[in-house]
Amino acid sequence: MNLEFTPEEQAFRDEVRAFIEANYPKHLGDVGLREDLSREDFLAWHKILGEKGWSVPAWPEQYGGTGWTPTQRYIWSEENARVNAVMPLPFGVSMVGPVIYTFGSEEQKAKHLPGIRSGDVWWCQGYSEPGAGSDLASLKTTAVRDGDHYVINGQKTWTTLAQYADWGFFLCRTDTDAAKPQEGISFILVDMKTPGVEVKPIKLLDGGYEVNETWLTDVRVPVENLVGEENKGWTYAKFLLAHERSGIAGVARSKRGVEKLREIAANEMVDGEPLIEDFEFARKVSQLEIDLAALEITELRTLAGEQAGKGPGPESSILKIKGTEIQQRLTELTLEAVGSYAAPYYHSIANDDGSNEYPVGPDYSAHAAETYFNMRKTSIYGGSNEIQRNIITKMILGL
Amino acid sequence: MDFNFTEEQDMVRDGLSRLVREQYDWETRRAAIESDAGWRPEIWAQLAELGILGMPFSEEVGGFGGGAVDAMIVMEEFGKGLVVEPFVPTVVCAGGFLKHAGSEAQREEHLSAIIDGSRVFSFAYAEPRGRYNYADLETTAKKDGDGYVLNGHKAVVIGAPWASHLVVTARTGGDRRDSEGVSVFIVDKSADGITTRDYETVDGRRASEVYFENVSVPADALIGEEGAALPLIEQVTDEAIAAQCAEACGAMKVAHAMTLEYSKQRKQFGVPIGKFQVLQHRMVDMYTAYETAVSLTYLATLKLDAGEKERKRAASSAKVGVGQSARFIGQEAVQIHGGNGVTDEYAIGHYFKRLTIFESEFGSVDHHLKRHVSLA
Repeated sequence: MNLEFTPEEQAFRDEVRAFIEANYPKHLGDVGLREDLSREDFLAWHKILGEKGWSVPAWPEQYGGTGWTPTQRYIWSEENARVNAVMPLPFGVSMVGPVIYTFGSEEQKAKHLPGIRSGDVWWCQGYSEPGAGSDLASLKTTAVRDGDHYVINGQKTWTTLAQYADWGFFLCRTDTDAAKPQEGISFILVDMKTPGVEVKPIKLLDGGYEVNETWLTDVRVPVENLVGEENKGWTYAKFLLAHERSGIAGVARSKRGVEKLREIAANEMVDGEPLIEDFEFARKVSQLEIDLAALEITELRTLAGEQAGKGPGPESSILKIKGTEIQQRLTELTLEAVGSYAAPYYHSIANDDGSNEYPVGPDYSAHAAETYFNMRKTSIYGGSNEIQRNIITKMILGL
Repeated sequence: MDFNFTEEQDMVRDGLSRLVREQYDWETRRAAIESDAGWRPEIWAQLAELGILGMPFSEEVGGFGGGAVDAMIVMEEFGKGLVVEPFVPTVVCAGGFLKHAGSEAQREEHLSAIIDGSRVFSFAYAEPRGRYNYADLETTAKKDGDGYVLNGHKAVVIGAPWASHLVVTARTGGDRRDSEGVSVFIVDKSADGITTRDYETVDGRRASEVYFENVSVPADALIGEEGAALPLIEQVTDEAIAAQCAEACGAMKVAHAMTLEYSKQRKQFGVPIGKFQVLQHRMVDMYTAYETAVSLTYLATLKLDAGEKERKRAASSAKVGVGQSARFIGQEAVQIHGGNGVTDEYAIGHYFKRLTIFESEFGSVDHHLKRHVSLA
């Protein structure tokens, strides 16, 4: 056993670092609040990577994947986190893409995969409903067959960044008489410009607009937009959720976050001494780093298993729980570090004088509270942490 | 020992509770905090009329002879409705400085105006590099003839956009962070040389950065003794801590009740989520956190007139314990509300935000743990 990267992996790190340094869009800088990015900003890096052939590293090579090992992909995400890169969004690349190349028809692959790779087509996810969150299988949106079309009716919620989406993948009930709620669900691709699709923004507690309600009223979708078999959508949804969870640990980003926290704490003063030299605070930063080290090695062990041919299993729930707890803890400590300057509301201040400078408090304090509030979502989305514990209870502990 | 409230206190609570319920409903509050003004002067006038603004002051200055317990009752009710009007800056802080150290003329001038609601104050104590140390001041007040000249920058001055007057801490002598040389002034916000940058706070209030550039104030702007105000500031801020802990208790009580109610209404897997034991125990822990916070708030409130060390220990104990409870209850309330908990539409997120910012006012949990240690 050892924790060293091989010389080849080191060389790979040098290569991707050089590529990022040369090509990452400078104007994106070190992004603070992601929800304030424009559509173009979100897609800028994706498009560059699409041209390079690096936008979908985890896909099979025949569909445009890079053929990188899980360790190389890990190095790739670490190097991107170093510059706090705005990565390709997961909805196309990590979610619907793998479902399409695994279960979709040849026509669907030909039609949709290129746009996901290039970043030309923006996807959103239509899963949750007002009455179906943790209990996703109780979803009520229906798709009724009418000749060559499905007619979809229902309401989805928490559709992330649907305001920019070209296409969406929706879970709809196609058999209302199925014996179990998990049966009778289908996975359908919907062009968001279809008449009857209406996207309404939801304002979040940090003041941003990141998610939406998506209403579907008599939306007519050609039957060829069904992925795989009718009534087998739950299988595809579970497949997709496992993919969603494997990236959720966010180790590389949290490592960058700890560095940033240290920078902030070196700047903030307590009785004339830097906050980072305050034992009580330094202790908490160390505790966070220790937890992060434990998470990192746990993720690397999972990756090693994957490299040996074991797919992401229920252990990925550990990564989700610990990863999100650490992300939240990081925002708590940042909030503590900025002291009184936690209170100013960024959206009421930013750019009201037309300049780029943040006029109230140090720049690093600008989004501290908003980020803390926003990151509460992480223990709720992607299967709440309570649901993750249920998964471990059942699938690993066998209780 | 007696944990009962007097009949008058019960009446005050009932009256305020009705006012918050009937005139401070969620939509009205939202409209007010989103308006240009950001608060409701008519509510302030009503509070004056009901005698709430004069409650903690003695009858000889036109008050109603109440004390810290009365302020606790007021703030608990305000916390339940997330009332933004500046009772703590005006009545507890400015009123407190005047009560403890104001000259007769100063009380005459300011206290009656506080009590009748015509004068609103804000307390400018924090500085960009001073963190929670009230003596870590870069703002200076230099003697100039009979008066003083103020220079400096005060940070996140809560309620300043609504205030006509500021209570300002400044250094009249000694080195930065010395306990000697700290003074307190009352300054008319319209004085020449004062500029402000106003903004909203994440918890629905308003605040300002306040800049002083050669601001001349007369000799009678000084409250108490020149250069010896640090103990006075600690006394008044301990009173503010007790009052804000009561506010946090009110907010926690509502946050817990809302969560309980949500867990009964929200169904997943065919049952109300409140039937899941993992959530039940979490809500029990929230309840326990709330009850212990109330106990520490009583402790801080009832020790405000005790000896200095006892008072400080009690205030810091409350700020630590209530701060921890506030964070725990706020986070769990959001978690149990699921996606709805992180929306602007649901009230719970706003309670969470107020409980978050509460921790950074008048010293964080860490700051007060340290203060408690230093008083061991």
